Parts: sequence; structure tokens; C-alpha cells
Amino acid sequence: MGPIILGIIIVIAIIVLYLIIAYNRFVVLKNRIDNAWSQIDVQLKRRFDLIPNLIETVKGYAKHEKKVFTEVTAARTAMMSANTMQEKAKANTQLSNTLKSLFAVAEDYPKLQANQNFMMLQEELSGTESKIAYARQAYNDSVLSYNNGTEKFPGSVVAGMFSFKQREFFKTDETEKAPIKVKFE
Amino acid sequence: MNAFDESAINKFKSYFLIFCFTLVIVALGYVFGMIYGGGNQSIIIFFMIIAFIISVIIALISFYMGDKAALSMSKAYPANRRDHAHYINSVEGLAIAAQIPTPKIYILPDEAINAFSTGRDPKNASIAVTEGALKKLNRVELEGVIAHEMGHIKNYDMRLMTITVILVGLIVLLSDFFIRGMIFGGGRDDNRELNPIFLIIGIVLAILAPIIAQLIQLAISRKREYAADAEGAILGRNPEALASALKKIKKDGLETKHASKATAHMYFSNPLKKGFWNNLSSTHPPIEERIRRLEAM
Repeated sequence: MGPIILGIIIVIAIIVLYLIIAYNRFVVLKNRIDNAWSQIDVQLKRRFDLIPNLIETVKGYAKHEKKVFTEVTAARTAMMSANTMQEKAKANTQLSNTLKSLFAVAEDYPKLQANQNFMMLQEELSGTESKIAYARQAYNDSVLSYNNGTEKFPGSVVAGMFSFKQREFFKTDETEKAPIKVKFE
Repeated sequence: MNAFDESAINKFKSYFLIFCFTLVIVALGYVFGMIYGGGNQSIIIFFMIIAFIISVIIALISFYMGDKAALSMSKAYPANRRDHAHYINSVEGLAIAAQIPTPKIYILPDEAINAFSTGRDPKNASIAVTEGALKKLNRVELEGVIAHEMGHIKNYDMRLMTITVILVGLIVLLSDFFIRGMIFGGGRDDNRELNPIFLIIGIVLAILAPIIAQLIQLAISRKREYAADAEGAILGRNPEALASALKKIKKDGLETKHASKATAHMYFSNPLKKGFWNNLSSTHPPIEERIRRLEAM
């Protein structure tokens, strides 16, 4: 009797311990996704706030380039009304493209190019752009490791028990830099 | 293997290292106590307690103040957004990629291309690049170097290396203490009764322990450099940029000022001049091998 009961207790203890560890691991991975998502939001907001300033500065030198201003403003408004992840991703790409054409137009105005304020805004915007890309990369990497965890056995059982569902990737039309496979040894 | 596992393994290694070195330190304390105390229990215990207290004090000081000491020794000054917008933006971007808080950002007054990171954990980390690096590297190369440093911070390399350096230093100190004692304090009467085997063990230990400890330290350091290159490639998604920065450093060939044997392990590339002895005892793997591995990714 004794050893059998002891064996059963040990097996149950191991299973419970595994459940706790696996559950906590999923929570950590999920939090990392949420955290990465809020980073994307912060950077999108930052870019959103920089744009009116940029338009004002460019207008001072290139008043008649109306078409590009309306395009950027429209894309910015679309960004504001975007709610779901896919909408945001789409609006973000749209805004990036219109900004690119704005900076292309600005190249025809040497005085604008030499403006201190414009140079700073350009640096800030390109910095924010790359931060958005890094945040998206962190988000998608986090989603990937979380989703892998929910699919692989025996993690998949735990994920099913506590309903950890698969998460969506932040997809864009821009060419994604593929994750790099690296061996540490 | 993903990067999260790498930092977990590193934390485990830190504890394992502390455990192993503590054993060595206690063994040294015991053997030296036997020799000088002539088998007297209380003197042995006294030696071991002294060794323990010294190691704890040194560990705590360098754990909590090591980053500040490193920054002030290298004459680092903080970067400002007006003059170094791109540098600051790159650090912030890569911190987002690594999912850690933005480290404090510094510049080193030095013409050589180099960088280092310090701090006991990602929350208390600092990153510094030289003026030479800001001037001579292009934007993507600079990002590559920052990505490498971010890799060190994310993987808790500074904690591992700081602990290693302290423990190795302590073993060297104890052995030195012992050998000096043999030379200057020899000829005491109670030594006569001692088993000569202990004396031989003591001498061998005092000579071998510091050498082996230092070799272990160097091996760990070189391994961490490869790992940071790999982590940097994962974060920046651009191993070519990092390889190209290394090539520029190789061509540039300048020696970093304010770097010494004590701080060499912290830098992006080996700050010391090449020479027979420096190569043999290098904290960094050969630059050619790092470039080769990056280009193979």
C-alpha cells in the first residue's frame, strides 16, 4: 500500500508542478505580447502628434504643394479612426507612404532642407518610423513564441485547459525583415 | 533556441559560477589556514570567515557601484537629443525590440571606434559609444553595434562578467596573500609540525588556482561576445551591418584610451593593442572569426 500511494502522490505532484510552470509561462508570454502592443500604440501616437508640426513647417516653404498635404492629413485621420489591429496596420502603411511622398516633395526646396526645425522633425519621424518597425518585430516575435507554445504538446493541453487562444500577427504590406535563425553554441 | 532562454541560462550560470568559485575560495582558505594555523581549528575558521567577508564586500560594492565606476573611469558624458538624435533614437528603438527599458545613454571621448554597456540588470543598464564610432560608422553600422550591446544587457552578461571578475580577483588575491606569506613570514616554529603534503598542496593550489580561474574568466568572456553578436543579429535583423562595423574597427586599428585590463571585457571590440601576450589573454574572440560567423547567418 505505502509505496503505491507514495508513487501516486509523487506523480500527481509532478503533474501539478508542471501545470503551474506551464500556466505561468503562458501568462508571461501573453503579457509580453500586450506590452509589445502598447509600445506599437505609443509610437503610432508619437508619429501622429509630430505630423501637424511637420505640415506647418513644410507649408512655410512649399505652400502650393496642396495635394501632398491633403493626402498626409487624410491618412492621419484614417489612423485616428482605426480601431482593430488590421485597420491600424493598414492605416499605418498608408501614412508611411504619404509621408515618404511628402519628404520626396521637400527635396525640391533647398531652403526647407536647411531649416533646423525641419531637420529635427525629419530625424524624429524617421526615428519613430524605425521604432514602430522594432515594436512590430517585438510584437510578432512574442506572438510567434506564444502561438508555438499553444500548439506544441504538452503545452497545447495546458493552453486548451485554461483557454489560451492563438493571437493575431501585426501584418503589413511592407517587406518584413525575417527572423534570423541563430545558434548560440 | 530563443533569446529568452539565453538570459535564463545565463542567470543559472551566474549562480553555478558563484557556487564553484566559492568552493575554491573556501578550499584555499582551508589549506592556507592549515598551513599557517598549524591545524588549529579556530585559526582555520578565522581564515575562512575573513575570505568570505572580503568576497561578499567586494561583490556588493562592485555589484551596486561597478557601473558608475566604469562610466567615470572611461570619462563618459551623457548624450543629448539635440546633437545625437539618431544615436538616442537607435538605442530607444533597439530597447523596444529587446523589450527592456531604455538604458542610460552615454558618449565616450575617444577617437577609436568602440562601445560598452554596463549595469547589473536591464533596469539599471547604461550604454556608451565613442565619439569615433559616432563619426566613422554609418547609421546601420552604429545600429549594429548598439544591437550587440543591447544583446549583452538583455542577456544579463554584465552580471555574469562582474561576478566572474570579482571571484577571479579574490582567488588571485588569496593566492598572492599565501605566497607572500610563504616568502616573508616563513620559518615560524609551528610550521614544523605540519604535514608536508599540505604545504605542497598549498603551493600548487596557490600557483594553479589563479591561472585556471583567469582562463575560465577569459573563456566565458569570449563566449559572451559571440552570444551578443548573435543576439544583436536577432534584435537588429542585420548581421551584415555588425560585420561591416567590425571590419571598420579592424581597418581603423586605434587603441581605446581609458581602457585597461580591468575594463577590457566590457567593450564591443578588444580595446587593447595587439601583441603576443594580449592575444593569448584576450577577453574577445578574434575579430576575423566574429565577422565570419556574422556573415554566415
